Amino acid sequence: MTAHTKGSGTTWVGRSIRRLEDPALVTGRGRFTADLTATHWVRFVRSAVAAGRIETITAPPGTSIITAADLKALKPIRPMLHKFNYVPVGQPILADGVVRFTGEPIAAVFAAAKDEAEDLSDQVEVDITETAALVDGRDALADGAPLVHSEAAGNVIVEGEITTPGFGDVWKSAHHVIRVDARSYRQNATPMEARAGHAVYDAATGRVTLTCTTQMPHLTRTAIADIIGMPEHDLRVVAPDVGGGFGQKMSLAPEYVLLVWLARRLRSSVAWTEDRRENLIAAFHSRDQHVELEGAFDKNAKLIALSADIVANIGAYSCFPTTCGVEPLMALAELPGPYDVQAYHCRSRGVLTHTCPMAPYRGVSRPVITFVLERLMDKAAAAFGIEPTEIRRRNLIDSFPYTSATGLVFDDGTYQQTMEMAIKAIDLASFRRRQNQARDRGRYLGIGFATFSERTGYGSPAFAARGMEITPGWETVNLTIDPSGFVEARIGSSPHGQGLRTTLAQIIADEIGIDPQHIKIVHGDTDRAPYGWGTFASRSLVICGGASLLAARKMRAKLLRIASHLLEASLGDIQLKAGSAQVIGTDRAIPIAALARAAYHQTHIFKGDIEPGLSETGSYDPPGTFSNACHVAVVDVDVETGRVAVEKFLVAEDAGLIINPMIADGQVHGGVAQGIGNALLEEIIYDETGNILTSTLADFLPPTAREIPPIELHHIETLTGNSITKAKGLGEGGAIGAPAAVINALNDALSPFGVSIDEMPATPQRIRAALRDSGKAP
Amino acid sequence: MSSQADITLSINGRDYPIRVEPRRTLADAIREECGQTGTHIGCEHGVCGACTVIVDGEPVRSCLMFAVQAAGKAIRTVEGLANGDEMHPMQRAFMEHHGLQCGFCTPGFLMLAVGVLEREPDISDEDLLDILSSNLCRCTGYQNIIKAVRAAATAMRLP
Repeated sequence: MTAHTKGSGTTWVGRSIRRLEDPALVTGRGRFTADLTATHWVRFVRSAVAAGRIETITAPPGTSIITAADLKALKPIRPMLHKFNYVPVGQPILADGVVRFTGEPIAAVFAAAKDEAEDLSDQVEVDITETAALVDGRDALADGAPLVHSEAAGNVIVEGEITTPGFGDVWKSAHHVIRVDARSYRQNATPMEARAGHAVYDAATGRVTLTCTTQMPHLTRTAIADIIGMPEHDLRVVAPDVGGGFGQKMSLAPEYVLLVWLARRLRSSVAWTEDRRENLIAAFHSRDQHVELEGAFDKNAKLIALSADIVANIGAYSCFPTTCGVEPLMALAELPGPYDVQAYHCRSRGVLTHTCPMAPYRGVSRPVITFVLERLMDKAAAAFGIEPTEIRRRNLIDSFPYTSATGLVFDDGTYQQTMEMAIKAIDLASFRRRQNQARDRGRYLGIGFATFSERTGYGSPAFAARGMEITPGWETVNLTIDPSGFVEARIGSSPHGQGLRTTLAQIIADEIGIDPQHIKIVHGDTDRAPYGWGTFASRSLVICGGASLLAARKMRAKLLRIASHLLEASLGDIQLKAGSAQVIGTDRAIPIAALARAAYHQTHIFKGDIEPGLSETGSYDPPGTFSNACHVAVVDVDVETGRVAVEKFLVAEDAGLIINPMIADGQVHGGVAQGIGNALLEEIIYDETGNILTSTLADFLPPTAREIPPIELHHIETLTGNSITKAKGLGEGGAIGAPAAVINALNDALSPFGVSIDEMPATPQRIRAALRDSGKAP
Repeated sequence: MSSQADITLSINGRDYPIRVEPRRTLADAIREECGQTGTHIGCEHGVCGACTVIVDGEPVRSCLMFAVQAAGKAIRTVEGLANGDEMHPMQRAFMEHHGLQCGFCTPGFLMLAVGVLEREPDISDEDLLDILSSNLCRCTGYQNIIKAVRAAATAMRLP
């Protein structure tokens, strides 16, 4: 095993090498789906209303138009969950008789040019008899509410409930009960590249190649083949350069199914490029939850019991493959977070409404439950008259493995240590002095802490525990050295900005003694990559990295055996380094390329001892591991306007062994920025009829460079036994902790007014409303 | 069918005689009629800046300009930044400082920053931050974009 001596230069792992992805992307040579041209351009006609019956669809004469009537042979999108009273509902590829959300595709028009298709789509008249629309999750639960799907009584599509044994007795023993009634409004992941798809039929083979902006090419292939009823081998799915995903691109878009179907029907090429309005109204939404949380504390401010009721507004349909259970059920399992509390009651429901379907978005539910739980801890700290950090000190888990009230097993982590590190780095005591001085001058500064866990790299048992019919978990890597000595690793993950081509090459390089520059990572093409699950849930570096390591170890063993024959040296005396196999302590060496040539062209040398060729496969299905972090936000709130300026943001995190520090830091930066946007700015707003009011980037507001302060990072590297590379995932943590830290900070700033803002985003309007209601503000 | 206009776009020093409808945006014309797909389209309503190109020395959002308005003007796109195999200091700085992740917004940021620094080589950090807040990035949290542009500003000032 190679020694990991970070920064020493003796291993590739641990070094901030430049990304292998970058040269193409900075020179305009990246290849994105929308760069492809097609014979036919598709434009979707979308519902202008949230709920209703489609009476007629009328297109100008000669228009090429597809409606549900043409798609009778297609199955609906109908993901399945076998637990938690899940009610399977189907989503037609095009609305069939009824519409259930504003933006739902009703018809597809196609023409020879993109703008021609757009013009035609504007002339399609859809006559809809509107019916009552449900927009809010709680309204959908009311007696007599209309049903979004007749099969889901009371509009509840999934419901989980946990009560730990003896919960009632613990609750009764409480010294103090603290309550938070919190609301997380609807958000959109907003990758800078909206969705796009391009399907081309090959007349020679009858196959279709679908190029699309997906995070999971193989599952897209399986799903579309199932829906259309075509052989899976007749479909190739390619994810080229993908301009961000953040979860929005891991769920199956019905639009892609239509493209494949249409390419087969026309025996031609068809393309669709989503515009930003479509993305904001009809790609997937997230984070729409009501959470009522109560915490019971003993007299020492120790949390002894938690009770929660969660309503997640999952929209009109259930997303494939995770199902809409992904948010409410993750909340159910992970709400207690990093705190030592064994008495837990929670009911968590997913509720159907006439809104855009909900799907995973970076952090999935944890940005919301962390925000609510961290509000609870801060409110409890205030009630006990202690610092927010002190109440966390008394409650954070500190002994591992720790088994949570819901049965999750936390591996080694540094919950207390990262918080202490953050307190020291931010200098909490001096901040409090500065805060008091500022208040005397009528300026309101605040500090907010969030301590949390980030469950990452979990294997198939974690998904099976949710009752998912499809249990992603493992990844496979096929590592090949060709006769010319070139190394290629084909992977099932599908990175789209995470720098995985670089980090996997670093992991492999250390094993086989070849520079990462010379290791090509092949991904995002179902014809070339082994079946795999894609990139989501902070999984790829842990799982695909683990599979890469296993494949590379096998490759290393084989290279050593070949070298042993050719160098006539014993295995233990040979090292692979700088592209050569060397007999240690001598000048005898042979290039790895020569070993490769021999493995294919000179196999008689090995007298049957060694199988021909150099191709090794590794698969990895890990138990899962928890990263952890403490986030700190320092804010300045203008009480007259409600504007919140984040002055500084600090992260102390532990994601195990860092493979490439530069890339790891970049992941945290990006997550924190999204979290700040989620906390203060970003909101999809429906009016009471279900029409979306935020359909441009001037209304839905991702943060700019002006809203994001300098982010200071500190790392601890706890080497876990739950990941063979010793790396934990960290793709989502930034987005999980930041909303809680920011909202705690603004509440800390506003503590003189006795308000508690328990909504996210905490917009100026909401802050001003709370201040006005307090009667103490200007 | 609406009327068509015959125009010539000059992109990175090369002339592209094209026929477009007057309503054709410069962004679409650059990508589709001229085949230069390095310029990306992120919102088509002038907010995200992914489509930023330099027209007669000024960074502009090419989704807010019609192709016919750019006829005869000198257009520069990301494809023209490098000099053969030698990358522009801004491109090198983005790689060195990890100023990109998915790379979709990157061409827009590169052209914005190059355009501004060519005009104002000694721009203050504060003004630079204002300029960079014209464009959206969803991956990097802007930390390393700011770092990269500051580093490139220094490199571009060197003789």
